[in-house]
Amino acid sequence: MADNTPAGSTTDGAITVGQPADARVSAAPSYDVADFPVPHGREEEWRFTPLERLRGLHDGTAEATGGLRVEVTAPDGVTVQTVDRTDPRVGRAGKPVDRVAAQAYSSFEKASVVSIPKEAILTEPVRIAVHGEGGTVYGHQVVEIGAFAEAVVVIEHTGDTTMAANVEYLVGDGAKLTVVSVQDWDDTAVHAAQHTALIGRDATFKSVVVTLGGDLVRLHPRVVYGAPGGEAELYGLYFTDEGQHQEHRLFIDHDTPHCRSNVAYKGALQGQDAHAVWIGDVLIRAAAEGTDTYELNRNLVLTDGARVDSVPNLEIETGEIVGAGHASATGRFDDEQLFYLQSRGMRADDARRLVVRGFFGELVQQIGLADLEERLMAKIDAELEASVG
Amino acid sequence: MATLEINDLHVTVEADNATKEILRGVDLTVKQGETHAIMGPNGSGKSTLAYSLAGHPKYTVTGGTVTLDGEDVLAMTVDERARAGLFLAMQYPVEVPGVSVSNFLRTSATAIRGEAPKLRTWVKEVREAMERLSMDPAFAERNVNEGFSGGEKKRHEILQLELLKPHIAILDETDSGLDVDALRVVSEGVNRVREGGDVGTLLITHYTRILRYIKPDFVHVFAAGRIAESGGAELADKLEEEGYESYVKGGASA
Repeated sequence: MADNTPAGSTTDGAITVGQPADARVSAAPSYDVADFPVPHGREEEWRFTPLERLRGLHDGTAEATGGLRVEVTAPDGVTVQTVDRTDPRVGRAGKPVDRVAAQAYSSFEKASVVSIPKEAILTEPVRIAVHGEGGTVYGHQVVEIGAFAEAVVVIEHTGDTTMAANVEYLVGDGAKLTVVSVQDWDDTAVHAAQHTALIGRDATFKSVVVTLGGDLVRLHPRVVYGAPGGEAELYGLYFTDEGQHQEHRLFIDHDTPHCRSNVAYKGALQGQDAHAVWIGDVLIRAAAEGTDTYELNRNLVLTDGARVDSVPNLEIETGEIVGAGHASATGRFDDEQLFYLQSRGMRADDARRLVVRGFFGELVQQIGLADLEERLMAKIDAELEASVG
Repeated sequence: MATLEINDLHVTVEADNATKEILRGVDLTVKQGETHAIMGPNGSGKSTLAYSLAGHPKYTVTGGTVTLDGEDVLAMTVDERARAGLFLAMQYPVEVPGVSVSNFLRTSATAIRGEAPKLRTWVKEVREAMERLSMDPAFAERNVNEGFSGGEKKRHEILQLELLKPHIAILDETDSGLDVDALRVVSEGVNRVREGGDVGTLLITHYTRILRYIKPDFVHVFAAGRIAESGGAELADKLEEEGYESYVKGGASA
């Protein structure tokens, strides 16, 4: 049984349609870039991406020439290592699923592994500051958390880069891992990455993806369950400005019984040729009885000239589930709303701020990390300031 | 003493690639404490008058003047008009997703009053105003106009009227779509504000029904984009009996 719901909308009148389930990928997952044909742009997984802006990450022409400054601040007990690709933890969460991720996997020199020992309860987050110093970079990051440990990891991306990377989250049995990944790049950066989480028995994985900067950001968060009882919460927030392409392609592979997943991504867009893409693929395989899943995407278009493509795709192979649902909607902040708020005395800028803060506020509260809440709202305000001013 | 003066107001609207004149020379003065009912058939331009005064961008003023205490209203932006003391209760207020009623009211009050109301007194002020309008407290946490019934939208508009305390209130068909109970509650709200004596009210309506609850000092019949006849409350009784037919015909031949 497949439920391919046509959804999403664009401001220039086009409507996106649900994709056929069997066209999700054009090649089988592989660690080797040679197993993927060079995309031409009409493939299902590439059709929204402006390939010419990937600067050769997709066709083998981008040589690693660049630099990246990575600073890890970790509480006592957490180990940070630089390892070779032969390390057994590298590649454990899953294989790359598209050519750019495979290119990154085939090209990285050293991987960074952050390891949180079992039963450790961290009171301070692990902070990974990634600063691009120009040029092309291929990266590999592993975050491993042992059984029954609890930790928050904040990865912050700034500067300029052309980067393809894989990030793996290995979540031990009963562990609770929260990862916040902030893409606060310069407006020139290109960032394509696959984030794969392998969730252990009764473990909880919470992901918060915040994409604000970059010329092109294309992230591919994936969730795989290693044992029953796993829970994944994936939250996302993006603010797509003039000329930016920000694409989030989620895939949750329910192949294990009694696992849960909840997805909520919200984005605001403003400016000419701002383009946001959200793909939410959830597959409930025949073996995954007792699955409970819901995914939601909301977009708020603030100006003319912006475009949203939102495609939820839920595929269900067993009826023995707790629940499965999805929702996608794109709304406009239009002249009538502006008039209404202005007619109550608010200046146009204040009216826009009220609406955008309200729109994201619900999600930020749902994330439930108090100190992050304030920082996120401050970042949203800064985005608004930059555009309004 | 707040006075709204409308002189020879002409307004056009763009529709189907053509410019259409809707208001054709409106003259009206509304003083603080007065209530003027503007009545007229559909399409006569009543709502256009309301939205033009509030500054809706759809309408273009092509002639005439509007002043509030001598200040040129037409030169003001929409929000400046509101801060100057003009309030429009809308017939079809829009949804504002993600913005709660409570956040919206506080942001509006802050804008209109020029400073944020003190939280403690404000919460009480809102709660009491909502009680008077028989509104459930849970209403404050809903998103503005999202999923509101027709009656809830009108109560919410009148709630704002009570909280924002304008000098001139324009009520655009506030009675439309209300059952008798809701009409009574909403009318009582308007009357409470009127009894304060600080507001001049422009009550725009198609029906005489609301005038049983809100007694006007003046009644104006609007037809073909201008005021065709003015009188006291007794003019409403005449309309009740005779309808608008004579004005519509008159408008067509004009």
